[in-house]
Amino acid sequence: MIKELALIIVSVVFVNNFVLSKFLGLCPFLGVSQKTSSALGMGVAVTFVMTIASAITWIVYNYILLPGDANIVAMVFPSIRESGLIEVLKTISYILVIATLVQLVEMMLRKMMPALYESLGIYLPLITTNCAVLGVALLNTTDSPTHLGFLQATVQGFGAGIGFTVAMLLMSGIRERLALVNIPQSLRGVPIAFICTGLMALAFFGFSGMVQ
Amino acid sequence: MAEQGKLREFTKGIFEYNPMFVLVLGICPSLAVTTSVKNGMAMGGAATFVLICSNFIISIVRSYIPREIRIPCFIVIIAAFVTMVELVMKAYLPEELNASLGIFIPLIVVNCIIMYRAESFAYKNKPLDSVLDGAGLGLGWTLSLCLISGIRELLGAGTIFGLKISESYEPASVMIMAPGAFIVLGLLLGFFNWQKLRKSEKAMKAHIQND
Repeated sequence: MIKELALIIVSVVFVNNFVLSKFLGLCPFLGVSQKTSSALGMGVAVTFVMTIASAITWIVYNYILLPGDANIVAMVFPSIRESGLIEVLKTISYILVIATLVQLVEMMLRKMMPALYESLGIYLPLITTNCAVLGVALLNTTDSPTHLGFLQATVQGFGAGIGFTVAMLLMSGIRERLALVNIPQSLRGVPIAFICTGLMALAFFGFSGMVQ
Repeated sequence: MAEQGKLREFTKGIFEYNPMFVLVLGICPSLAVTTSVKNGMAMGGAATFVLICSNFIISIVRSYIPREIRIPCFIVIIAAFVTMVELVMKAYLPEELNASLGIFIPLIVVNCIIMYRAESFAYKNKPLDSVLDGAGLGLGWTLSLCLISGIRELLGAGTIFGLKISESYEPASVMIMAPGAFIVLGLLLGFFNWQKLRKSEKAMKAHIQND
């Protein structure tokens, strides 16, 4: 069991890193990676949201969307038992879960950790539109090749968040040094960041094949 | 004059406000699906449809949406259109095209371009202008997708639209994979910046000579 969970984490942090091999969450990756401190804060917030979002969307998927006897909606509307709601309500229900969750995290942080709340600023509400969060929810449930259990799905969400944080931290370290280097004027800023990301992705290619 | 204003709402999205190379928005799907021109066009078409429809609906109901909860309202409207697109694509497009677009069709919901236009244009403007704006930006985005995917498919697979261009060319498959995507986009952004810089330098020189 523990071996399986460790394998999921290693695979999602290094081999299938969300930013570097699945292209998810690039907007905050480029937007917040100027300074190491804000990159770390953003990474922690995203990891938190991703872990809880994975858990809740797993419950929504298994007990509300999927057809079958476990469907809660089917108790009220028996016709749902056959068809399920997966085709029509998947995207809407997931994004609503995530939007609510981000709002909740925002309120909690404002009360409990005002300093972190201030430093994250505009990027906190923007987690809603971070495609890594919706992406992990979709990959955990509808687009997963095998049916993941509750624990596996949650751990995969947590691992994906850690992978995002690792990529953010590496990138912010590179960008802090890039600010001091003489780069051709037309490549300054975002273009050079993309080229560095490309080289990082090439380096992370070395991990592929580590986990089947 | 009014005609010209309408035309401008449409054309500004293609060059002046090009979502990919000027605003640098919606990068995640643009890199993930641009492994071939066909994928890029399908993705661009789907996103353009969602952009036009959501802009239209949001600008119709904009006076009924309170400011405080506008973002959740936008998201629900966008998600409804994305679900429609997803169902239509599943029904009518070939299986392998759907498989290669994968989760990036539902992920149109969180595409920054659509949210950005909803927030900064459709929420403040009339329905017709919003539709034109959506069509323009969607077209601009689709063209940029075609450009990136064209380069990647040509270098990475040696084909265009699935047709082989030369027998002697050995494809560099890294261009199809993740690193190639980042590097192509980085270099293209640098190229467009360079063009812009050169133009402004020329304008500056002309200005000095006139004085």
